[in-house]
Amino acid sequence: MRPALVAEYRKLVSTRMWWVLLIALAAYLAFIGAVLAFSLVFAPEDRSGGVTLHGVDAATAVYGLTNGVGYVFPLVIGSLAMTTEFRHQTITQSLLVEPRRSVFLGAKLLATVPVGLLYGLVATAAVVLGSAPLLAGWGDGAFLTDPDVIEVLLLSVVVTALWAVIGVAFGSVLPNQVAAIVVILAFTQFVEPIARFALGAFDLTDGIAKFLPGAAADGVIGASFFVAYGGGSGDLLPRWAALMVLLGYGAVLALVGRLTTLRRDVG
Amino acid sequence: MAAGPTLSVEGLAKSFGSVRAVDGLTFTIRSGAVTGFLGPNGAGKTTTLRMLLGLTRPTAGRALVGDRPYVEHERPARVVGAALEASSFHPGRTGLGHLEVFAPQVGVARQRCRELIEFVGLGAAADRRVGGYSMGMRQRLALATALLGDPPAIVLDEPANGLDPEGIVWLRRLLRRFADEGRTVLVSSHVLAEVQHTVDDVVIIAQGRLVHASSLEDLAHLAAPETYVESPDLGGVSRLCEERGWPARPADRGLLVGTATAAEVGAAAYRAGIELHQLASRGGDLEDVFLRLTGGTR
Repeated sequence: MRPALVAEYRKLVSTRMWWVLLIALAAYLAFIGAVLAFSLVFAPEDRSGGVTLHGVDAATAVYGLTNGVGYVFPLVIGSLAMTTEFRHQTITQSLLVEPRRSVFLGAKLLATVPVGLLYGLVATAAVVLGSAPLLAGWGDGAFLTDPDVIEVLLLSVVVTALWAVIGVAFGSVLPNQVAAIVVILAFTQFVEPIARFALGAFDLTDGIAKFLPGAAADGVIGASFFVAYGGGSGDLLPRWAALMVLLGYGAVLALVGRLTTLRRDVG
Repeated sequence: MAAGPTLSVEGLAKSFGSVRAVDGLTFTIRSGAVTGFLGPNGAGKTTTLRMLLGLTRPTAGRALVGDRPYVEHERPARVVGAALEASSFHPGRTGLGHLEVFAPQVGVARQRCRELIEFVGLGAAADRRVGGYSMGMRQRLALATALLGDPPAIVLDEPANGLDPEGIVWLRRLLRRFADEGRTVLVSSHVLAEVQHTVDDVVIIAQGRLVHASSLEDLAHLAAPETYVESPDLGGVSRLCEERGWPARPADRGLLVGTATAAEVGAAAYRAGIELHQLASRGGDLEDVFLRLTGGTR
């Protein structure tokens, strides 16, 4: 297993993609963090009946953006790790040196963890750098030493790594690179946000929204931009349950990928 | 170097839907020789190699490397080094980076990657991205990948594609050396002429079926003989050929007589009292045999 892990890790870091995406991630999250902090600090009271955030709640809602809007990046880098093999047909060579396909998949899932953690660190740092000065200077404070806030920040890093792993699993289900990226973008930027609001709008479906992958990840972090704003489902899963749901998504996707894409003939 | 493993397939078959790409193939590749695996495009060569290497699952039969299937070897890339036709690279990775990615599973250090990239003549391009490599350079890199584990068996699918003449000579010498060291060397091609000067044995398939397996020498015996004749009385020779039913066509300053050996032509001319100035066996054209066996036409 160890040689397979080293190999998969080298695959990830031997092309430019990982740092190009990382820079994009940092820039994007710093910008979004600053914009949201700005609106919280300077915007007038919300008159539409929503809640305006104050104090530590404002800080955690903003810091939780790492997951809330940033999860598309680790998903994409994870899915690329798998789909690139099919796009450039390197899967042939990969399976020549490691014909045990479960080992191949397992190594790819695990080798993404360090890269995912790095993404999480950079993403969290970018959100904090973008928002903390505004919160501290003009708002109620940055609360960077508050234990709840530290928890949110650390768990954001962990959740980002989990997203990268889920991305690999998703790529094994949908090995067509373009299709995989389109689906990830559509789901994270469009389908899930709307579904969270829509499902949360009715009592009957309100309980379902928290099981959506992004909502489950918010549950792990214990903070949500969606919940904070009163839109969508009002509650999140407890932390342990949310973690199980998120891991469940990864496990189911990986299993489906193993039984479909990775069972087929290669070439 | 210990003798390489034999590569053998037994009743191997593969269907894609209703298409029988490989249809009951049985043959054995010995060690210590270069074997040409030949057949026209679409004959099932690549599919057979993919089954041999565990990438594609046979519909029936089995393929063995030594005493067991490829995938059941502990470190298969140390037993068989393979470069397949679709052997592709990430265009954004450097040549050296490509080798280093696969080195851990082959069980070799980075130093070996550097040595190999020099060995295949890509030393100067080692740190350039593969996206900018020519076809010939990609072939060399694929070969380097196959050789990472210094394997006792080597399987190359159309390795001469895109290589310059100098590269082809280099490859030929390399394969010869490997065979002399006792390794098993299998090289596929759709053009016999390409490997004619390289191989000891041939395995020829067409439409998924085995049509011929022998030494190259025995294949040559299947070639129809041709005899070159020069004579002051070429008209007489022509009439003679017509009587005997030998196809004859003008060539150089004489005639090229088909399906007849030099002895037969000489005897016939002697009996007819025709003076000959040159009588030479031209041997058969292997390419013709190949085409005849594989059902192609020139």
